[in-house]
Amino acid sequence: MVKAQSARLDRKKLFGDPIMLSTIIVLLIFLALFILYPLAVLLVESVSRDGHFSLEIFRQVLDLGRFRTAFSNTLLLGFITGVGSTILGLLFAYVDCYVNIHTKAVKKLFDVVSMLPVVSPPFVLSLSMILLFGRSGLITRSLLGIYDNNIYGLHGIAIVQILTFFPVCYMMLKGLLKNIDPSLEEASRDMGASRWKVFTTVTLPLMLPGIGNAFLVTFIESVADFANPMMIGGSFDTLATTIYLQVTGAYDKAGASAMAVVLLSLTLILFLIQKYYLEKRTYATLTGKASRARMLINDKSVRLPLSILCAAFSIFVVLMYISIPFGALFKLWGRDYSLSFKHFEYMFKYSGLKAFRDSFVLSLIASPITALLSMIISYLVVKKNFKSKGFIEFVSMLAMAVPGTVLGVGYIRGFANGIFGSGVMQGLYGTGAILVIVFIVRSLPVGTRSGISALRQIDKSIEESAYDLGANSGKVFTSITLPLIKDSFLSGLVTTFVRSITAISAIILLVTPQFLLITCQINEFAEKGKYGVACAYATILIAIVYASILLMNFVIKHFGTSKALKESQKD
Amino acid sequence: MQNNSKGVTLDHISKIYKDPKTGKDFYAVNDVCLTIEPGSFVTLLGPSGCGKTTTLRMIAGFESPDVGEIYLGDEAINELTPNKRDTAMVFQSYALFPHYNVFDNVAYGLRLRKVPKDEIDRRVRSILSLVEMEGMESRMTNQLSGGQQQRVALARALVVEPGVLLFDEPLSNLDAKLRVSMRTEIRRIQQTLGITAIYVTHDQSEAMAISDQIIIMKKGVIAQMGSPMEIYYHPSDEFIADFIGEANFLKGTVKRMDGSECVVDVLGHECTVETDTARNAGQECEIVLRPEAIRIAQQGLLPCTVELSCFMGSYQNYHVRVGDTLVKISDSCPINKPIFAVGEQAYISFEKECAHLL
Repeated sequence: MVKAQSARLDRKKLFGDPIMLSTIIVLLIFLALFILYPLAVLLVESVSRDGHFSLEIFRQVLDLGRFRTAFSNTLLLGFITGVGSTILGLLFAYVDCYVNIHTKAVKKLFDVVSMLPVVSPPFVLSLSMILLFGRSGLITRSLLGIYDNNIYGLHGIAIVQILTFFPVCYMMLKGLLKNIDPSLEEASRDMGASRWKVFTTVTLPLMLPGIGNAFLVTFIESVADFANPMMIGGSFDTLATTIYLQVTGAYDKAGASAMAVVLLSLTLILFLIQKYYLEKRTYATLTGKASRARMLINDKSVRLPLSILCAAFSIFVVLMYISIPFGALFKLWGRDYSLSFKHFEYMFKYSGLKAFRDSFVLSLIASPITALLSMIISYLVVKKNFKSKGFIEFVSMLAMAVPGTVLGVGYIRGFANGIFGSGVMQGLYGTGAILVIVFIVRSLPVGTRSGISALRQIDKSIEESAYDLGANSGKVFTSITLPLIKDSFLSGLVTTFVRSITAISAIILLVTPQFLLITCQINEFAEKGKYGVACAYATILIAIVYASILLMNFVIKHFGTSKALKESQKD
Repeated sequence: MQNNSKGVTLDHISKIYKDPKTGKDFYAVNDVCLTIEPGSFVTLLGPSGCGKTTTLRMIAGFESPDVGEIYLGDEAINELTPNKRDTAMVFQSYALFPHYNVFDNVAYGLRLRKVPKDEIDRRVRSILSLVEMEGMESRMTNQLSGGQQQRVALARALVVEPGVLLFDEPLSNLDAKLRVSMRTEIRRIQQTLGITAIYVTHDQSEAMAISDQIIIMKKGVIAQMGSPMEIYYHPSDEFIADFIGEANFLKGTVKRMDGSECVVDVLGHECTVETDTARNAGQECEIVLRPEAIRIAQQGLLPCTVELSCFMGSYQNYHVRVGDTLVKISDSCPINKPIFAVGEQAYISFEKECAHLL
């Protein structure tokens, strides 16, 4: 049809822009090779035997009692964590947006709690849970005198996961509540509804898709979580840990592939529901911006119980974090609470320095690459139009739904013997490079999402005018786009660094003795029962993470563009 | 500044889009042929969705035509990316770079062209004085008013001495007063430099005030092309007559031709209208009358009943009924004329040169 000409011309224009073209090609290769290919390998391996299609491996895996328990365990845990985190998150969001909290300290506490999941390595809460409530727990044993408290198992993981993930729900739901126009609720109140009635008939129904969204997001997080079940699960195995054990313990890599396919399908389905069904409905119900500030609830009978409840939770979470450095400083937790540096000394004596150096260097390499890559992807997705755009967007978001354990198994199967077992790129496996690539892939979706939302706020014509004045795409990107999304770029840089240095799930399957990583060390020492040393590692890790976030905030505040931009957007 | 102005030719240009709702293809621009002389000011005018902006963006290179070829001067530019085309665009949202100050915004295009530093300095300053923004070089763009931002955007486009200057509704974000003064300004600068300008707007008074040529577009096709006066007094159909200014339409039957004059029977009364196309007796026709071209008096051509009489300051606004037709009249300088009240009988009349026959 006649439309052929514009397609041909657009293609010609694309080819006339070598920077853009080569960027797209490099991106496509990267995404295909390091996200799609390992997943495809898993799928193919789990349904073939001796080169033929066969469901034999699945049958074997499904016959494993261990696997079936793990599967139902995972679902149960995901459900409990999802419900718990959503309720807790909703409570915090509601109190934050609706209740007049007089004390500044409580507000401050809320901020700390919302920031903690960003700062915290994934298993820190498990560690402190053991310290506080374990067999030699500070609270259970030293304070309450219970000597045989069993914290390991479903309840332990669920508590830890809820406390780890509820801040995510809190932030999501807070954003939604802020967008509800207060006059809707005032109208309902005006017509005679009680405050509780307003909440159940107006606020809650408006929030429903958002609540579903928050539930699914935490459900996915819980299902994909590896470190907490590993550390505090005891005999309660989830899919992620079972896969890990299948690889490292049973050496059954084909079986692990099949299990990984099951886990992947599970998270993928949840992810697709969340992304394409709930997210859209969330925006459909809440479109308007709040027209003016909300009258905060001053009523003591509402205010006091709610804010005390939230403050108590916050203090509890903060307490858990505080117990980590003390865990490292006390001589022998549960028996001898005198201060000593012996755990730190032990740590540094046994290759602690190397672990920090390796983790630090690898994460440091991954972060600029990821930040740049995610900015480029978001730029292409938001501002450009080309054939493979949908593919690039989909794959980079897909990575969000892939649990680290699945990715780890995929990399083992995909790269251990080279691509398609051909030996090509075999050198990659076992090197630091593959760890860096895993870091990149794991952080890419987060960076891309923040880049996309930053870019959507920039008027398309700003870039078009640069293009029109004679800049090629590379020049437009470096001279206009990048400076305008500098903040997002910087936060992508730090987020990647933080996520990488605290990563464990995919890495633990791929790391070779040649590299020591902090997270793996923590896991190892915790497994051995050397909690003091594990805490020493965790303390320094938290310090590093916290310092880099402080540094980022400082840089954004003083060198970021956001201030000038925000002012100009006011006009 | 040397004159680098180029003409633009659109040779049977079409652009097809997919309707997002129905999924069907439709012509956003349909077989548009157009020649724009170097140094002229041409306005693409039309209601939203008529294809004017798409046409402009095809000239700039942001969109690719599905049929036809676009020429800049003698050069076919279909395959050129926007940065390789000798055009510069002024955007509706100004699109100033928020992280640069005024000077750096204007210098952006020159720096890309690797112009020596002292020449950049000289050219930026001279163009800023042309748009009356001297002394503001170091301001950030968010410290400027809307009008000032538009001047900077204009300077940024002008300083690269493009063959063609493109305007995409540049004044629609400004308030009414500023709009009027800015359009005079744009016209003055365009004439000083003798640069070719293509201007997109949906505001007919803006188009009239600023253009050498107006091109009215409707549903992707060119409805009429001509000077503002031609379009105003000789609209080619009802849509254009109504779109440009206000118009009244009197239905009638052609009685006879008298040289270049056509005698039309309206409700049994003979009206004479000047026309350049011969008509046959008995043919149905419409007389287009502008509100200010109609006189209302005790005596005249056609009897009418006054239905609205409203003092507007510079004119008296009447709605009168002629037969079944509502006719709007703007009677200027009402102070020394008799005023007709609602319900009164009166007559309307008009000069044959001021009427147009459809």
